[in-house]
Amino acid sequence: MKTILVVEDEGALQKALGDVLSQEGFEVIAALDGELGLQLAQDKKPNLILLDLILPKRNGLDVLEALKKNSSTKDIPVIVLTNLEDMKNIQRAVDLGATTYLVKANYSIEEVLQKVKETIG
Amino acid sequence: MDFALSEFNVFHHCRKYGLSTFQCPHFLFLLMGAVIIISILMFYAVGSRYIADPLLVAFVTLLLAGVLLAIAFIITDSFQRLAENARLKTEFVSIVSHQLRSPLSNMKWGLEILLSGRVGNVEKGEAEYLQILKENSSRMHELVNDLLVASRIEEGRLAFQKQEFSLKELVQSVVVSFRPWMTASNMKLKVEEDGKVSNVTADPVMLRQVLQNLLDNAIRYGKSGVGLRYQKKGNKVRFEVEDDGVGIPKGDQKFIFERFFRSANARRHQTEGSGLGLYIAKNMIEKSGGSIGFASEENKGSTFWFSIPIT
Repeated sequence: MKTILVVEDEGALQKALGDVLSQEGFEVIAALDGELGLQLAQDKKPNLILLDLILPKRNGLDVLEALKKNSSTKDIPVIVLTNLEDMKNIQRAVDLGATTYLVKANYSIEEVLQKVKETIG
Repeated sequence: MDFALSEFNVFHHCRKYGLSTFQCPHFLFLLMGAVIIISILMFYAVGSRYIADPLLVAFVTLLLAGVLLAIAFIITDSFQRLAENARLKTEFVSIVSHQLRSPLSNMKWGLEILLSGRVGNVEKGEAEYLQILKENSSRMHELVNDLLVASRIEEGRLAFQKQEFSLKELVQSVVVSFRPWMTASNMKLKVEEDGKVSNVTADPVMLRQVLQNLLDNAIRYGKSGVGLRYQKKGNKVRFEVEDDGVGIPKGDQKFIFERFFRSANARRHQTEGSGLGLYIAKNMIEKSGGSIGFASEENKGSTFWFSIPIT
């Protein structure tokens, strides 16, 4: 069973993503802040990380940079899932190695699920 | 040590404000400092030559230095306040974008999951109200988007990303997205395509938004039908969106592209809308090198046109 780590501080979105991904047969690990997200990525080595950018304790871009610098997590695909859509953040996330950048407000949950399946099958 | 050094790095501060060098208060302060030093040295050199009393020369030089320093401080302090206000406003918009969009995203996805039946069957009556909630949260989302775009326009931060794409496919996808609304409004949408236009180079996101804004207005204020046509003219494409609706009163026409303006007959017809659609369309078109205009007659209808470069 493939594992997805969801790093998102909004409880409602954690629940929505958790329910939908579990129904599709994925094992979901939840992290409500950046520090925990980084720790769980290193410990659990998920198949995919869904990463918000505005997070408590450590922001998403810092977490992304740390993931890509760590040899044990650098190859895990990361889909950035945020409501920030300015070019500065998009370019920075892409430069740091994010696989995809999705603005939550512009995608339905089914479209996000589709992107997840396209990334890890 | 790095932190201390970066505080002295003028260009680091200029980048923080997102300003060009000659608008940056830190750089201006250094420049004016250099000008003051040179002015004082020149005055002292000239003054020493023509004024016998060295104490008088020194006194006047110091007085001149004091005056120039005070002027420099006032000017650069004003620039610094303006730059800081602009930076805070940009940060505010970014924070508001996230803070307003977060609860809207929560609502949107929650409603989608309920309506999908993934967490249990939904009765027909319940589904109708859930659909109403979903449509209204979409409306709020669109309004937040419009406000953010309008804010970026005011700050000169509208960015375009040109790429090659199929114009026909883009227009068709916009038309398809409007068909349910057209059907529900019992209106016809007629599209006239220019067969000569294939792939173009422009910003597809910008073009889609402008077409959506114009079609949105045409359907809101139209009676029975809307026409959309586009044609290649040299290295540009000209679009026209025509409706047979309420039209724009002559007295209101000069205000039609202003923010939040809604003409009196639009308010009479109680149509919804943020009042930002045409303001955003005009700014997007003109900032990407195009032009926009319209012709309208009250109670007969309006034709909005725009032309954009496609290379």
